[in-house]
Amino acid sequence: MSIAATHASDTVTTPTTRGLVDIRGVSKSYAGHDVLHDVNLTVQPGEVVAILGPSGSGKSTLLRTINHLESVDRGWVTVDGELIGYEQRGDRLFELKEREILKRRTNVGVVFQNFNLFPHLTAAENIAVAPVALGRLGKADARELALGLLAKVGLADKPDAYPRQLSGGQQQRVAIARALALQPKVLLFDEPTSALDPELVGEVLDVIRDLAKLGTTLIIVTHEIGFAREVADRIVFIDAGHILEVGPPERVFGSPKHPRTREFLGRVL
Amino acid sequence: MTDIVQEYGSAAPTEDSSATPQVVNRDSPDFAAFTVVHTRHYVRWIFGALVLFVVLQFLWSLATNDKYGWPVFATYFFAPAILKGIQLTLGLTVVAGTIGFLLGTLLALARLSKSPILNSVSWSFIWFFRSVPLLVQLLVWYNLGYLYPRLGLGVPFTDNYFWSFDTVTLVSQFAAAVLGLSLNQAAYSAEIIRGGILSVDQGQLEAAAALGLPRHVRVLRIILPQAARAILPNAFNEIIGLIKGTSIVSVIALGELFYVTQVIYNRNQQVIPLLLVSVVWYIIFTTVLSIAQFYVERHFARGALRVVPPTPIQAARAWVKTQWARLDEKPAAPEPSKAATTRIGGNGS
Repeated sequence: MSIAATHASDTVTTPTTRGLVDIRGVSKSYAGHDVLHDVNLTVQPGEVVAILGPSGSGKSTLLRTINHLESVDRGWVTVDGELIGYEQRGDRLFELKEREILKRRTNVGVVFQNFNLFPHLTAAENIAVAPVALGRLGKADARELALGLLAKVGLADKPDAYPRQLSGGQQQRVAIARALALQPKVLLFDEPTSALDPELVGEVLDVIRDLAKLGTTLIIVTHEIGFAREVADRIVFIDAGHILEVGPPERVFGSPKHPRTREFLGRVL
Repeated sequence: MTDIVQEYGSAAPTEDSSATPQVVNRDSPDFAAFTVVHTRHYVRWIFGALVLFVVLQFLWSLATNDKYGWPVFATYFFAPAILKGIQLTLGLTVVAGTIGFLLGTLLALARLSKSPILNSVSWSFIWFFRSVPLLVQLLVWYNLGYLYPRLGLGVPFTDNYFWSFDTVTLVSQFAAAVLGLSLNQAAYSAEIIRGGILSVDQGQLEAAAALGLPRHVRVLRIILPQAARAILPNAFNEIIGLIKGTSIVSVIALGELFYVTQVIYNRNQQVIPLLLVSVVWYIIFTTVLSIAQFYVERHFARGALRVVPPTPIQAARAWVKTQWARLDEKPAAPEPSKAATTRIGGNGS
């Protein structure tokens, strides 16, 4: 079940600028309550970053600001130097038309906690719908791409199954294949295994592990501490909208600096 | 039940050991050999018989009461005037239904848009057309010429026209009926469609947005097909309501089915037989639509159910097949224990 490099190789044009995510001074509040507070984070191309933190700490919100599913109150987020929601001309930022935002969004794939597969489309159609709608591929080519991606996530035998006919783990693997269909530079995972039975978690993590080797930038919000330690280059710990700790897994897990991190890790490890 | 308990308690183990020596667990009897006796619902049967009696009595009266005037019914059922009325009824339904649902979709999308102007205009439209009785609307449209004698293009807020029409010629009876029915229909279907759209999970919108799907693809390919499951039962209600609701346009003397029926029975005084003519036709239309509803809903159920239920035709075929298989089976099962087993298994299928 390995995601072979063939899929990535034909798309890599400028490997050095592929998938650099820069988050600068991002703040956001809902109804007076600070969700994110002056968050700064740079994710290098090809890096795998795991975001940890207690529920309600703002980690999902941070993830969603990266592809502008969530707008920010202050600060900005760029992917390869491009602002997703705005365009810079001189010293002004022009809010982009929706069409333009959508185009830039395709650089950033998202895998949701609840899969959010389209229930009225088959597995293959779920994957093929975006490349066809965006005019990148014809129907036949998109179907072929879908079959290839399904094979890569170990579901070669399920192209015509509807999501409801698949297990949670299989659905999440289809969702990953769907996100890959647009060949994004960055993939965001919003608690990809939280809605799964424990015995199905492994099959999804296997696919993500394979992706990590490919050189796509991965930002993963997760509760799977063991997996984060194994697969991530860096761990980011967030609590109450503040980034408290950033560092390689050995350091963050081995000798956490912040008392809040120690407390959290003490409870989950 | 008591029989089984007694057998289980005393006789069963010894009987088992003698009859079927291969049984491993000697404490538990082989239930496959028992015949299942279903609960008897005596009260249900009595009421069922009563209801059946009333229904049969009614059908008998239909056949024997000559005041129903079935010969008159038969003469007029396919009368050219009636068929022409049907043509108009169906035409009005198709036109008003199509315009109503298209406009309703636009109104629903406007109601859900972020623009406060579109939102409030849509809300007001729905509010207005649901507030004014359809009967009044039809009369007003029909008498529009009294309010605005001429309609056309000209300098705004003045009476200078570049190009104009006499309202009375522009808004004919048919146009008045179409306007009234379709605007009214649009107001109701807008709310039905909006309800359907709201029933689609927010995550679907996010996923579609994250994939960069353009707005029209999101609406047409992702949202509406899923909303359809919630929209369709109500939409068919509305269309069935509309097909009968067209009879209201008889107030502006438009010759649809019901108006034609009235004209004929006013002439020949055969009120009941002619009303039956229109009733039977309405029943036929509704039946066709109900069958269509089943298949359309079934189409949109794909993906929403693990297994799509069989169509009545498929179900009937499967039933005949199992019955046929049973007929084949019976002579080929001489062994009593085997026959009992098939009986228990057969109850489930």
